[in-house]
Amino acid sequence: MIGMISYLAFFSTMAAIFAIAVLGLNLHWGYTGLFNGGVVAFFGAGAYGTMILGGRADATVLGGFGLPFLVALAGGVVLAGMLAWIVGLLTVRLRHDYLAISTFGVAIAFESLTRNAEWLTGGARGLRGFPRPFEAAVGNNFVYGLLFLAFVLLVLVLVYIGLERLVRSPFGRALRAIREDETAARSLGKNPTRLRLTSFVIGSMIMGVAGGLYVSFYAFVSPQDLAPILTFQIWAMLIVGGAGNNRGAILGAFLIWAAWTASGFLLARHAPVAMQIYTGSIQYILIGSVIVGMLLWRPQGLLPERLETSAGPDRTRPAGTNTTATTNKGVT
Amino acid sequence: MTDAVLSVEGLTAGYVRDLPILRDVNLTLRRDTLCAIIGPNGAGKSTLIKAIAGLVPVSAGRVMLDGKPITGIRPDQMASLGLAYVPQTDNIFRSLKISENLALVLRRVPDRATRLDELYTLFPPLAEKRGDRAGSLSGGQRQMLAVAMALASRPRVMLMDEPSAGLSPKIQREVLDLARGLTEKGVSILLVEQNVKQALRVADHCYILAEGRNQIDGPAESILSDPAVGEIYLGGRRVGAA
Amino acid sequence: MIQHLVDGILTGSIISLGAIGLTLIMHMLRFANFSYAELLGIGAYSALVFDRLLAALIPFMHEKIGPLSLTWTLSVSVVLAMVVTGASAVVLDKLVFKRIRENAGPLSMVFASFGVALILRNIITLAFGHRAQLYSPDIAFAIVVSFDPLLLIKPDQVFVLGAALVLMLMLHVVLTRTTFGYSHRAVAENPDLAQVSGVRLSRMVVSVWVLGGGLSAAAGVFYGLTNQISPHLGHNFVLPVFAATIVGGIGSVYGAVLGGFIVGIASGLSLMILPSGYTPAMPFLIIIAVMLLRPHGLFGEELHR
Ligand SMILES: Nc1ncnc2c1ncn2[C@@H]1O[C@H](COP(=O)(O)OP(=O)(O)OP(=O)(O)O)[C@@H](O)[C@H]1O
Ligand SMILES: [Mg+2]
Repeated sequence: MIGMISYLAFFSTMAAIFAIAVLGLNLHWGYTGLFNGGVVAFFGAGAYGTMILGGRADATVLGGFGLPFLVALAGGVVLAGMLAWIVGLLTVRLRHDYLAISTFGVAIAFESLTRNAEWLTGGARGLRGFPRPFEAAVGNNFVYGLLFLAFVLLVLVLVYIGLERLVRSPFGRALRAIREDETAARSLGKNPTRLRLTSFVIGSMIMGVAGGLYVSFYAFVSPQDLAPILTFQIWAMLIVGGAGNNRGAILGAFLIWAAWTASGFLLARHAPVAMQIYTGSIQYILIGSVIVGMLLWRPQGLLPERLETSAGPDRTRPAGTNTTATTNKGVT
Repeated sequence: MTDAVLSVEGLTAGYVRDLPILRDVNLTLRRDTLCAIIGPNGAGKSTLIKAIAGLVPVSAGRVMLDGKPITGIRPDQMASLGLAYVPQTDNIFRSLKISENLALVLRRVPDRATRLDELYTLFPPLAEKRGDRAGSLSGGQRQMLAVAMALASRPRVMLMDEPSAGLSPKIQREVLDLARGLTEKGVSILLVEQNVKQALRVADHCYILAEGRNQIDGPAESILSDPAVGEIYLGGRRVGAA
Repeated sequence: MIQHLVDGILTGSIISLGAIGLTLIMHMLRFANFSYAELLGIGAYSALVFDRLLAALIPFMHEKIGPLSLTWTLSVSVVLAMVVTGASAVVLDKLVFKRIRENAGPLSMVFASFGVALILRNIITLAFGHRAQLYSPDIAFAIVVSFDPLLLIKPDQVFVLGAALVLMLMLHVVLTRTTFGYSHRAVAENPDLAQVSGVRLSRMVVSVWVLGGGLSAAAGVFYGLTNQISPHLGHNFVLPVFAATIVGGIGSVYGAVLGGFIVGIASGLSLMILPSGYTPAMPFLIIIAVMLLRPHGLFGEELHR
């Protein structure tokens, strides 16, 4: 019984952490129409930032400053935000592809850094040892697991409420306006570049929060935790739940994480021994198929965006200058 | 009485589904005449031409060429039907040489060599600059090239969207005279024009469009005397005005 | 120094080939295609399959050509692989991209291309295994061109560079001397006007996938010939190929050629100052540099949103 509950707590903690990252992505893709191809880098910046600032001292690396948990987390979040700000500054004013490509590039560069900068990130070994908040005070592992879950859920709720307010504020309406019709929004005196940049940075910082919670949960981080598949998982969560709908984003996180864990469990159990080293590939194909399938057959997700103005991200946009080729009915 | 070569009947069309720009537009172009469409900015003149050319989806009504329906044709089949279109903007390939622009539109023409010579004779400046990139042409020469490209397939009907826009008054007149001249060579022309006076000088018949609807039409000589014209331009008394 | 430069030029020629296809596709279909690089993998592995098949069917053709490790069977296989890869690209377009193009905007296309890439890469893994493979088990000996500074070049490398340049020249001739090439450039510049000028858009979309698929297959095989092939081949080329198109300016074929060499050489030379673990990040640094200095690339038009 206790085993079951503590497994459920573990599962829910992970799903809730991912849900926070998905909420960040929703601000990018769902509400602003920005494509973030490197979610893992911003998640990772939060994770490594928190770990370096709050981790236990370790002679082999620069970090391990042992700062209080919330300070370390804030540091990780700021790091994620700064990374987003630099990339965004260079790319959000350009055609949408540039942001997609640059964020993809950030993820690759970030991975090389974590694998190679041993003095900072511990290289492939990763960083280990994080004084988990209040762990000493609680003592009991089982109770602590539940408490940590409650804490993560609290953060999730706070992020959710914050985002709901944000997207209903004039700022959020302006974001949707530029997403739907940039020219019109510009003529109303909105500054699309600034709005996009702000949204990009805020969304990435939310991913940073998720990363920070992740390391404080595991008290460990290595390049393996930040494999490119994480980006795909978070996308799948958003597209399944429903882009442009924060509740959908949370629902998607729990669903996909359940499907991922279940498929991993089933494959480990039932796949032939010879296939065991390929179970990862099978799961990746499943994630890829979920993404492509949703885009093809149900792009609005399970819980569609509830909006006065539009049916979903970039679905009702009139043919703009960049999309002439793609919206032409001749391409059939 | 000359007969209708192109007619538009009850056309409703727009760029986005359920958001019609044109509503129930009717229009007739008679053989070997020049028919002008005028109207304020955003009236839907270009949209009408694009809908005829198959570039904008039509949700109701039809387009007839020589009595046969051609509603929603594939734009690349226009030439084979004897239809040609000179767009309002971006009507030449700037990154291609002049000779390449012409070679492209001539590639399905059986006697392309002869036709190319004819076009170069008709527009000597193009012959002179044939090896240059079309992007380097002056405004007037660009329109010349655009018209030459449309003429390449020897169309019977030509749709021209503001061919004189952005040109000096002298060149404007030349372009419109050229269009007028084509009607004597068996080309019927549907011309969108901003400059009302110039348009009426060369046109036989004239339609006024506003808010995506027909307003009034009539022979070019008499339409200016209709007091409604001024009011349509000024925004009062429009059909379908909000 | 000189060794890094020469190796960089070689990698550059492979990146260039890939980048040309990508720039053509991106310019015509207006979206960043993250699944494109997987076509290199499809090309490399289908050549492997054809090579083994042909070797079994016509053993006497399984002979090395001169000093190269390239065999006659493999050279036939390259051509077959180009065809197969082009065809797969067309099929992918029909199955996925065309449908998304009709109902949604370019961002959904980018998104879908990521998903397609993940699927393709892992299907390759399932079919051929994680292990890296070689076209020829024999070790290709390098020729010592000079001892001081030390410069080693494999005959295969010379062949690959030459073959890549020949392919580029052929493409150049097609684009600048044939009406087929004009239609391509026309659609890329202005699809509406191209249609009105009698170009059938759907045909051009098919042909751009065939061209892009063919070029990337060649790039994949050439990479395999001078290195090895693994399921990660495509993934490893995503960023270099994008960097090359951005350096050159999206849509510019000549820019892509130059961009490919710049990225290849810069990555090669970076080995002199950075540990090789950082090589994958080099294209990203190049992209950042281009964004700072010349966002629309060397030859690109300004592409604002
Ligand atoms: N590609 C497009 N997508 C969506 N709406 C468009 C598009 N092009 C034009 N419109 C809209 O259609 C309406 C009619 O435009 P159209 O270009 O047909 O006007 P016009 O009469 O040709 O004006 P002008 O004299 O300025 O050329 C306008 O409200 C315009 O905003
Ligand atoms: Mg117009």
